[in-house]
This record gives sequence, C-alpha cells and structure tokens, in this order.
Amino acid sequence: MTDKFVVGPSPHVLGPKTVKSVMWEVVIALAPVSIAGILLFGLDALLVLVTATVTAMILEALVLHRNLKPASILGDGSAAVSGLILGLILPPSTPLWMVVIAAAVGILLGKHAFGGLGNNIFNPALVARAFVFMSWPVAMTTWHGPLSLSDWTTRVSVDVASSASPLGGAQHGLMEMFLGQTAGSIGETSALAILLGAIFLIVRGHIDWRAPLGYVGSAAVVAAIYSFLGGDFALTTIAWQLMAGGLLFAAVFMITDMVTSPVTKTGRLLFGIGCGLITMVIRLYLSAPEGVTYGILFMNAMVPLIDRYTVPKVFGEVKSR
Amino acid sequence: MSKSFSGGIHPAYNKAMTAEIPIADMPLPDKVRLPLSQHIGAPCKPLVAKGDTVAMGQKIADSDSFVSAPIHASVAGEVVLVDDQAIEIKTDKEKSRFSGAAQSYNNQGELRQIIREAGIVGLGGATFPTHVKVTPPEGVTIHTFMINGAECEPFLTTDHRVMLEQGQEMIAGSKLLMEACGAEKTIIGIEKNKPDAIEHMSKLIADEPAFAVTGVQVKYPQGWEKQLIKSLVGQEVPDKGLPLDLGIVMNNVATAVAVHRAVEYGEPLLNRVVTVSGSGINKPQNVRAPLGTSVADLVEFCGGLKPEAAKIIDGGPMMGRALSTLDTPITKGTSGILVFNRDEVHLFSEDPCIRCASCVDACPSRLLPNYLALYVKREMLDEAEEINLMSCIECGCCSYVCPSKIPLVHYFQRGKQEINARNRNQ
Repeated sequence: MTDKFVVGPSPHVLGPKTVKSVMWEVVIALAPVSIAGILLFGLDALLVLVTATVTAMILEALVLHRNLKPASILGDGSAAVSGLILGLILPPSTPLWMVVIAAAVGILLGKHAFGGLGNNIFNPALVARAFVFMSWPVAMTTWHGPLSLSDWTTRVSVDVASSASPLGGAQHGLMEMFLGQTAGSIGETSALAILLGAIFLIVRGHIDWRAPLGYVGSAAVVAAIYSFLGGDFALTTIAWQLMAGGLLFAAVFMITDMVTSPVTKTGRLLFGIGCGLITMVIRLYLSAPEGVTYGILFMNAMVPLIDRYTVPKVFGEVKSR
Repeated sequence: MSKSFSGGIHPAYNKAMTAEIPIADMPLPDKVRLPLSQHIGAPCKPLVAKGDTVAMGQKIADSDSFVSAPIHASVAGEVVLVDDQAIEIKTDKEKSRFSGAAQSYNNQGELRQIIREAGIVGLGGATFPTHVKVTPPEGVTIHTFMINGAECEPFLTTDHRVMLEQGQEMIAGSKLLMEACGAEKTIIGIEKNKPDAIEHMSKLIADEPAFAVTGVQVKYPQGWEKQLIKSLVGQEVPDKGLPLDLGIVMNNVATAVAVHRAVEYGEPLLNRVVTVSGSGINKPQNVRAPLGTSVADLVEFCGGLKPEAAKIIDGGPMMGRALSTLDTPITKGTSGILVFNRDEVHLFSEDPCIRCASCVDACPSRLLPNYLALYVKREMLDEAEEINLMSCIECGCCSYVCPSKIPLVHYFQRGKQEINARNRNQ
C-alpha cells in the first residue's frame, strides 16, 4: 500500500467561526448606530465615518502587506472595526484632517506599535480619541444637535457647532435620549440603535453579558449614591446618567473588545465594574466632561493582572480549606 | 440546578450516515497484525514464535504487569511475523472457528481474573484494562457502576448500534461488572440524540430494580468519563483523581458486552465494532471486524475509498488520530475509521489569537487554553503547569471553536510531553 494521506493534529473538524467572520459581524452590529448617526447628524457624520474607516483600512494594508490591493485593504476586517468605532465616538463636526490623524494614531500607535492584531494592550479607537482629545480639546468637545432632514447635507463647522451635550448641561427628555435626538458623538447618542447592535452581538455569541452588565451596573450604583448624597435621588437621574455621553456605546462596543478585555468570566465582570467606577468618578468628580475614554484605557492596562488573579478552578479541583 | 458540566461544543454530529444500518460482520481477512500494546499499561510479550500454528482465541502475548491485558489470536493460522511491535498471523479460514465454554467463578477475584484473561480493555477508545478498573484499592468502596453510552464523538455510532442489537448482552455484562467491582446499582447514561437506544434500554431494564437509564444533554464531550459522571450524579471527580474517589466505576457499552461473552462463552476479545464513515467512503456502516484487520481490508469491505479521499482518521473526528497509511491494524481501541474528502481537510495555518475567549468558554475542564498555548509556544513550562496544563483532556473543544484556527490541542500535547520528559530527567 503506497497511499499517502494528509496527517495533522486533532481535532479533524473545525468550527465555522473565523477571525474574518467575527470582525465583519461586529461591523454588522455597528450598522444600526452608524445609520442612526448618519440620519441624525447628516452628511458630516457620513464623511467622518467613511474617513475614519477607510484611513484605518488603508494604513493597516500598508503596514501588513505594503500594497493597496483590494484584498489587502479588506484584510481580516479588524481595521474596519477599529476605524468605524473611532468614527462613531467622534463629534460629527470633527474636521476630516483630524479624523485622518486620529485613525493613524489608533492603527499605528494603538495597534501595530504593540505587534498588531491580538497584541495591543489598549483599545485602538480609544487611544486615538485620547490623543485627539488632548491635542484639540475644543473640537473634541464641540457637538451639535441633530439636523432636520432638510438640512441633512448642511456641513456644520466646529466654529458654529455649539449645542451642549447632555453631559454639558443640556436638558433632554429620556425618550429623546433613548432615540438619540441629542447633541453628541455620532454613534453614542441613540440608546435604541446601540441596543439593537448589542442584541445582535449577544445572539451571535460575540460578547458576554458580564462586562457590559458590570459596567452599566456599577455606573448605575455610583449614580444612585451620588444623587442620593446630593439629595435629588430619582430613577430618572440614574437612567439619564447611563444614556448620557458614551457610556452605553462603550458598554456594548468598547469594553467588550476581545483583544483588550479579560478572557476569564470573573475577570470580564471585574473589568466591567472597574471601567464603570472610574468612568463615573471622572464624570462626577473631575473636571473632564467624559470619563469613558480614560476609565477604559486604565482598565485595559489592568487586563493581564485581572486574568492572572481570576484563573478559574479546574474541573474537579479540590477546594482549598 | 443543571447537573451538566460547563463548556462543551455542538459540532455537526453526522451520525445519520450509519446510525440506522445494522452492524455488518466482516469476513476474516487473509492476514491480521496484532500490536503487542493495544491498551494503556505495560506492553505484552509474545508467547508464540514465527512458524507456530495458533488456534482462534489462543492467547499469544501477555505481561506480568497488573496494568496490562493479554492479546489473543483473532484468527486461526500460522504466525508469520513476531517482532517487538506486533505479531502477524496468516489466516487459515477453514480452522478459524472459536470454541469455548462458559466460565464459572466463586468470588470477585476469580471474576476479575476471567475478565483479565479475556484481554478486555475499555472499548470506548481509552483502552484502560477493565480488570484493573473493577479492582478498587484497599479501603475504597464502590457503590455505583455506570455504563457510558453517550457516544459524543461526531460520526461514531458503534455504541448506538451495539445497544440496539446487543442490549441484552450489555445488561448481562453490566451485572457481571457490577459484581466485579462491588457496586449496588447501575446507571446507563445515553445522549438524548439516541432516543431509540434510551427507549430500548428502558424496556430491557424494566424489571431490574438496580438499573436506571438516564438521557443526558447532547453536547461534546459528554462521553468523557468525568463529564458524564458530572451529568449523571452532579459530582465532579477530583482533578487528577479517579471515579473511584466518588465510589463510581464506569465502563463503555461494548466493554460490558465483551465481559458477558467472556463469562458466558469463554470468548476472549477477538473483534470489535468499528464505525466506518465519512464522505470519502463508498459504503458507510458499522462493521464487526476481527482485531488486527488492516484498515485497507476494512475499507475494501465498505466499498473502498472515493477518489477524493484525502484523510483517514482512527477514532472520532475530535480526538482521533490521522493515519498516513491504510496499512494500519484495527486494534482494541479503534472505535471508528473515518475518511474525509480533500475539501474537508484543514491544513495547518493559524492567525493571531484575538483573545475572544471562545476557547475559555468551551473548555469543559475550565482551563484557559489561550494562555496555555502562549506559554507552551514560549517554552514557559512552569507557567503552563501552574495554570493546569496537565489537567487538559485534549478533547479538542478549544481548537474547534478557535476563530484563528490555532491548533491548541497540538500545543498542549507538545507541552505535556516536554513537561513529562523534564520530570523524568529530574
């Protein structure tokens, strides 16, 4: 018998999931917030999203393949995810050159300086936002409210845009905030659209409830204590805190980032709680208007430690007395 | 509270190809090759020499070690080769008839001896000598005997068919095993994707108060001994411990049948049922094949390979071993021979780990496969051992779910070998 057959390690059947399928499904999950952002904030929003996404994809193609063939640009989809998320957390009136710089910082410094896919410690989109926030604080904290459909193509420059966001003191009803009809970053205002994406990600098994629940839960607890101490405790205040700013978007799309969050189940919960606590402390007690970025970046740095101290007990491990 | 274990996966089961077809008895091949080590434990030493004539069922190799199982001639004929690996016999088809007599025993010790002399080992694939399993150490009392009819590996349907066709023999064998280990009751665990087997077994034990049949969740690796025990009684066998520690002994369906036949007919283990399946085989079915039959002869009996056949697997697709050649014998542990076509073969290539934790969620042993693989790759063996590399059962769930297609099990096997080698040298 001289037949030669393929050999290889077990298992000999593999599941359908690939890095590509995971990444593009995250892009699909980002569709509701992207569409909501574009409908609410007009052409500006569309241009910011496209610029951020395309810049990230092109830079990644250049870093990895040193060419711009369509296959290189599409890649595994991870650059599209980072770029699109970055676009979604920027104000719609962000100048496009600033978007390009932000995307470059995210992909080059945030991702590839650490060794590329899977090796980055910090969420690339948040590295980018932290960078542009420190460099151009005014542009990064200037939002404008939703446009009526007739004004959809109107470009709103930073100089004109001046509506206060909810965290900046604007008064909005909870329903307006739920639908996203407030001033804010492109993808962060509509709780409804964010929840649609969350449902998709949970159904498809890409995110675990622990980190988002720990995050939103701990933020709610801090908000409750704060409002209780301030003497104006009300459930609406808590709901308002949760829907204001980028908290809900981060709960679904950023603290669930696979690469930069813990792998253990307990770790994911602790990570979410830590992000929530820091976010709220920054929001309520420091001068910065939004604590999401630094809260998560700080906790990103804690991930190896969290994993290390939350190694689960193996099957049948005898409980130490 | 759910009793089932955490983790696990739901691969495509692909059992329909063979589940409905009765077991076919294969004619004796012209030659058999019987390896001296078909079990966990000490390899056997030949008792015959080249040129000897042997009878069917004659013991041809044995060992003095307790943890070992003798080898018998699965055909009658002439010994044509004896080396340190195997014994080969040229079949004399005229004389290949087994004759034996019912064995009698007076106590547990004698019953265990009958099981040992029949060369019976765990036929689920683990091949641990059965007489050792039913001999609890001094001071340990066994209260429950279990039959593993989960058969969680995709494609495989041998236990399913044996339960349907030889259920009565399995029950008889279970009673013997219960007696051998001193248990008072028997629980038969069957995955719920075999409702006909559950129904059949329930009927057979209707008048047996010591027996119970339990349907368990369809989830790989439900048939792994420790996981099935968790599903059946809700208790976890201690890490690095044995079911004995919980007063439990578990055996496979076909093992119980073999024990029954050893006592009832004095018949040693001469053959086993093998699932021959996969898209690359012309006639998928379960075959009762003499031990030592070459995969080539078995495949021939099943209509041969399709032209696109590219990979041959000894065992199930999750834990089986890829064979490089058809010139490989069927042994006591061969539960299946699967043939995959070229387009079903995954070649070795891996993307970077994206820390998605799919492996962590799928691991039935609650390990952290992503970190284990990282440590093995970087030769950080102490760190790997610290987070329990040695507790990995190599079930393959992590590799299966990995989106980056990292051959995690392959790294774990390598890491374990390196740790074992290091410990030996110390």
